[in-house]
Amino acid sequence: MIIQQALNSLQLGSIYALIALGYTMVYGVLRLINFAHGDVFMVGAYAALFLAVSLGFPLIALAPLTFVAIGLLGIVIERIAYKPLRGAARVSAVITALAVGLFLETLMLAVVGPEPKKFPALITTKIHTLGSFTVTNVQALIIIISVALMIGLDLFVAKTRTGMAMRALSWDKTFAPLLGINVDRIVSITFFIGAGLAAMAGIFTGLAYPVIDPYMGIMVGWKAFVSAVIGGTGSIKGAVLGGFLLGAVEILSTAFLPSTYKDMIVFGLLLVILLFKPQGFFGTPAQKKV
Amino acid sequence: MPSKFIGPGLFLCGLAVTLSCDALHLINPYIAQILMYIGINVIMTSSLNLVNGYLGEFSVGHAAFMAVGAYAAAFFSLSIFPHCGPLLFPLSLLAGGFASGIIGFLVAIPAFKARDDYLAIITLALIMITKSMFENLPWFGGPQGYSGIPKYTNLSWVFAAAVMTVVVVRNVVRSGFGRGIIAVRDDEVAATLVSVDTRQVKIIAFVIAAFFAGVGGGLFAHLIQFINPRTFSILKSTDFLLMLYLGGSATIGGPILGAAIWTILLEVLRFLGVWRFVVAPVALIVLMVYRPQGIMGWNRKKRENLKV
Repeated sequence: MIIQQALNSLQLGSIYALIALGYTMVYGVLRLINFAHGDVFMVGAYAALFLAVSLGFPLIALAPLTFVAIGLLGIVIERIAYKPLRGAARVSAVITALAVGLFLETLMLAVVGPEPKKFPALITTKIHTLGSFTVTNVQALIIIISVALMIGLDLFVAKTRTGMAMRALSWDKTFAPLLGINVDRIVSITFFIGAGLAAMAGIFTGLAYPVIDPYMGIMVGWKAFVSAVIGGTGSIKGAVLGGFLLGAVEILSTAFLPSTYKDMIVFGLLLVILLFKPQGFFGTPAQKKV
Repeated sequence: MPSKFIGPGLFLCGLAVTLSCDALHLINPYIAQILMYIGINVIMTSSLNLVNGYLGEFSVGHAAFMAVGAYAAAFFSLSIFPHCGPLLFPLSLLAGGFASGIIGFLVAIPAFKARDDYLAIITLALIMITKSMFENLPWFGGPQGYSGIPKYTNLSWVFAAAVMTVVVVRNVVRSGFGRGIIAVRDDEVAATLVSVDTRQVKIIAFVIAAFFAGVGGGLFAHLIQFINPRTFSILKSTDFLLMLYLGGSATIGGPILGAAIWTILLEVLRFLGVWRFVVAPVALIVLMVYRPQGIMGWNRKKRENLKV
C-alpha cells in the first residue's frame, strides 16, 4: 500500500517537476514568472494527441518531435510577447504572460472544443507484480524518462558552455552580456528547453491520466509553479525536489481525505513552508541594497 | 458655482438618472446588465489598483476577496435579515466588505514580511484555499453553490458603490498617507528613512482594497443570484489584472477605462462566438507590447528623462 502510493507520488511528482523546471529556468534567467507555462504544457499534450491520432506516430518518434515543436513554440512566444518588454516594468511582461496563457487556452477551446479528449494508449500496458506491489510499464517509463531528463538538464547546465552562460546570466544581468554572452540566444535556449520539458510532461499526463482538455494546464501549471517556489525559484534541484514533494503530498492527502481537500492542503503547505523558509529550500536569500 | 460642488453635484445627477432608470425601466435590461457589470468591474479594478498600482505590489487574490464578500453578503441577506427586502441591502454589502477586509488583514500580516514576489504567491494560495474552503464548508451549499440570492443589485446601487470606491481610492492616494503608499512603491528604503512605517502602510492599503473587493463581491452575488466556488477561480483574478493594466495602473481613470473597455469589448465581439475570447487576449498582448504602461498610464521613463 505504502510502496504503491509512493509510486503514484513519483509519477505525479515527475510531471510537476518537469513543468516546474521551465518556470524556474525562465525565472532564473529573466526574473519573469512565465504564467503561460501551464498552457504550453496543455498545448504539448494536444500536439502529441494530434501526432498520434491523425498521423499515427509511435511514441518513440512522437516524443522528440513534440519536444522540438513545443520548444519552438516557446521561442516564438518569448520573441513576440516577452522580448519587446524586457526593458519595461517587470509587471508588463507578467501581464502579457497571463494574456498569452489565456490566448493558448481559448485558442485550443475554439479549435478543438471544450469537451475532454481521450488520449490514446500509445504503449500497451503491462502490469508487473513484484511481491506485494504492482508497477505498470507506463509508470516505470514516466518515472525513468523524467529522471533521465532531469539529470540530463542538470549536467547540461553544470557542464556545457551554454549552461555556464545561463548560470552567468541568472547570476548577474548587467555583467554577463559584457563578457560576450549573447543574451537573446541564451534566453531562446532557456525557453526552448523549458517548453520542451513541459511538452514531455504533457505526453506523460496523457499516458497516465488519459483524458485531456483545454483547461488542464491551469491547475497543473499553478501547482508546478508552487513546486518551483517551494524548491526555491531559480534552482533546478529545488524545482525537482518541490515537484516530487508536491506529488507526494497530493497523493497522500487524497489517500486519507476526500479529494476536495487536496488543493487546500497543497496550498496550505506552501504557506507553511514559506513562513519558515521564505526563499524555498534551495533559493538564495535576496538582499535589499540601497 | 464653486468648484467644490461640481463633484457632488455630478454624483447626485448620476444617482438621479440611475434611480429613475431603475424605477421606470428606462433602458433595456440587457444594457442595464452590462452597465452593472462594468460598475462592479470598476469597483474591483480600482481597489486592486491601490495595491498593484500605487503600492507597486503584485496581488492575484482579488477573486478571493470577491468570493468572501459575495458569500458573506449573500449569507446576511438570506439568513440574518431574510424578510427585510432590499431595505437592509447596504448592511449586507458592508458585511461583505468587512468580512473581506478581515481576511485581507489576516493575509497582509504574514504577506508583507519579505521579498518581491511573495505577495503574488501568498494571494495565489489564498485564492485556492478560499475556493477549497467554500467547497467543503457545509453551510454555503458546497460545490453546488449558493442559490436563491435575492436580486437586490440595481443600477443605482452599483453606481453609488463604484463612485464611492473611486473617490475613496483617489482621496487615499492624495492624502499624506497616500504619499506614503507611493513612496513605498518608488523606494522602500528611502521611504523608511523619512519615517514611513512601510509595513503599516502596506497593510492598511491592502485592507482597504480587500474591503472594496468584498463590496464588489456582494453586489455581484445579488446581481447573478447564484454563486459557486468555481465562479471565483484564478481566472476571475486574471480578468481584473488584465483590466487594470489595460487601462493603466497607478492612475485614477485607468481602471475605470480598462473595466469599461474590457467588458464592452467582450460583449461587442459576441458575434465571433468562442473566438471572441481568442481575440481579446491578442488585443491585450499587442497593446502591452506597444504601450506597456496601459492606455492611461504615463511613461515613467519619459518623465524621468524630462526632469533630467
